[in-house]
Amino acid sequence: MAFLEIEGLRKRFGATEILKGIDLSLDKGGFLVLVGPSGCGKSTLLNTIAGLESISSGDIRVDGETINDLHPSKRDIAMVFQSYALYPNMTVAQNIAFAMEMRGVPKPEREKAVADVAKTLQIEHLLARRPGQLSGGQRQRVAMGRALVRQPRVFLFDEPLSNLDAKLRVDMRIEIKRLHQSTGTTIVYVTHDQIEAMTLATRIAVLKDGELQQVGTPSEIYNTPANLFVADFMGSPSMNFIEAKVARANGTPSIVIERSSAPTIALAVPKSADRSRLVDGSKVILGIRPEAVTDTESADRNSANLSKFDSPVEIVEPAGSDTFVVTRLAGKIITARMRAETAVTPGQSFTFALNLDKAVLFDPVTTKRI
Amino acid sequence: MSAADLLTVPPSREPSRTSALTRVVIYGLLGFFAVIYILPLLVMVMTSLKPLDEVTGGNMFALPRAPSLDAWAKAWGTTCVGLTCEGIKGYFWNSIKMVVPAVLISTTLGALNGYVLTKWRFSGHRLIFGVMLFACFIPFQSVLIPMATILGKLGQWGNFFTDTIGWSLGLGNPTVNLVIVHTVYGLGFTTLFFRNYYEAFPTELVKAAQIDGAGFFQIFWRILLPNSTPIFVVTVIYQFTNIWNDFLFGATFAAGDQMPMTVALNNVVNTSTGIIEYNVNMAAAIIAAAPTLFVYVVAGRYFVRGLMAGAVKG
Repeated sequence: MAFLEIEGLRKRFGATEILKGIDLSLDKGGFLVLVGPSGCGKSTLLNTIAGLESISSGDIRVDGETINDLHPSKRDIAMVFQSYALYPNMTVAQNIAFAMEMRGVPKPEREKAVADVAKTLQIEHLLARRPGQLSGGQRQRVAMGRALVRQPRVFLFDEPLSNLDAKLRVDMRIEIKRLHQSTGTTIVYVTHDQIEAMTLATRIAVLKDGELQQVGTPSEIYNTPANLFVADFMGSPSMNFIEAKVARANGTPSIVIERSSAPTIALAVPKSADRSRLVDGSKVILGIRPEAVTDTESADRNSANLSKFDSPVEIVEPAGSDTFVVTRLAGKIITARMRAETAVTPGQSFTFALNLDKAVLFDPVTTKRI
Repeated sequence: MSAADLLTVPPSREPSRTSALTRVVIYGLLGFFAVIYILPLLVMVMTSLKPLDEVTGGNMFALPRAPSLDAWAKAWGTTCVGLTCEGIKGYFWNSIKMVVPAVLISTTLGALNGYVLTKWRFSGHRLIFGVMLFACFIPFQSVLIPMATILGKLGQWGNFFTDTIGWSLGLGNPTVNLVIVHTVYGLGFTTLFFRNYYEAFPTELVKAAQIDGAGFFQIFWRILLPNSTPIFVVTVIYQFTNIWNDFLFGATFAAGDQMPMTVALNNVVNTSTGIIEYNVNMAAAIIAAAPTLFVYVVAGRYFVRGLMAGAVKG
């Protein structure tokens, strides 16, 4: 049985349904990331787990115990807020000890617990300060300390890094991952940043408009997205989508991309696709990640299905570590990821290699993966 | 600094004749109005320091030739208020005894109302707040008779308790009555102040405290109130000034030796013993105005400090 279980969870505000039947489970020590665009209901879902918002129907269980109607303080959870929510009138030490003080833990015990946590997070020198005197990264640490000190069953993080600048965000991301690895706590983490989701999670749940789109490991989500939305949302730069058709030659199906002013490209069917569901002559959408579109030299030599095509280069974006090359295929913009030193100039005709082992097919009507 | 910045730096401004002239006009006007405002106080202070013959025989703006505090001592200790001639000191303490509890109770209740109306919302909270706001617009005069009726009932309860347990619980006491009246009347304002302040107060702090296990009042005392200094000071200044300066309720609901300072001052001025002692009247008026001045000077500093703390809290 999973440690955290959510079953048929619905949340309504008047006539509008924010969460439309969520089913999720997470093992003890797991790291679940809820990801999705703004307004998809991910924060609401987190708040219902915390007990800060009531649910309309469904069940939330922690370690087998149903906690639907328990007061937030009785659920044995801790939460790190986006704004950190540190009490401005208390010192860092008082902030961290507040929950224990409310539970009537004796003072010497509290002080010891605060000292231990401060040592883990390296904030011992900040204990006497007030939140107003701390930098963003330090406040973030204190907020985590306040959650850690209680040793709760489940940690909830609500977009904890979104108020930090880019560099600090990367540092704190590593810090959170280290914390998770060393303490083995169960974490539910909300973010709209797909890189945070990929790097931190053991399981990712992608939400849109209050509905779960897909739940799986980061590699499942990245390599075999369940639908166009998940494919488009995860990954940066995002996946290329090309309109294509199913054709059959000598009994083997193939994917054909028609071009108005250049030869048609015929491609092998990607491994991930279910061949039995391909109907001859039907339209499909070919999804392929930028790193699977390269120059011929750096294409993956182990790939079973490499295809080449020539196309004029529109834009070259050197990003330091990689160079992104933009071209156009069947009217759609295609981004290719190349080695930084690849010599490309805009306007030239260039030979691109497609690694079809990494490609996926979608049904353009249902938007689901084939 | 990048090249773009260099291009957009404005040319340094040269001090011009017009700006100098503008300054003269601004400071001249400010100085003029400052003098206009300070003049009455100045005349009051000077008059209160003069002996009576100097007041009646001399120029109002002349400096006192033989300054003395006799008029102040008389106003405080021996001047006649109506038929009793024991000065205004008793009435001054009446006002203090009325104003301190009334300010504290109305401010605390206002804070509690603001807390509930913003952080513990219930259906109909807008209506309740609207109705409370209405209290701010009710004229004093229109509540006098209903208020008198209610206070009369409370006085009956006071008599009942005096007969049964030997103590009226303060019911029927004019000072207690005034505290009740001012608390009720001030509640609309204090609620308005605190609700608007707490509306902008981060709700995440309340949620964090809930998860940490703090209850309704613990969150109020430990989280909300310690972070409300600026609005607390504003409300205290507002309530203190209004209640201290009130004349109508004082004159209506408190009589005799229980009347507040403002009513007593009126009676000092109206008590005729042949000559009008302007110097004593002026001293009494300054004493009557002193507490509000004191609150402005002392609390105003905390007010500014509170605003600064909020600004850098981030």
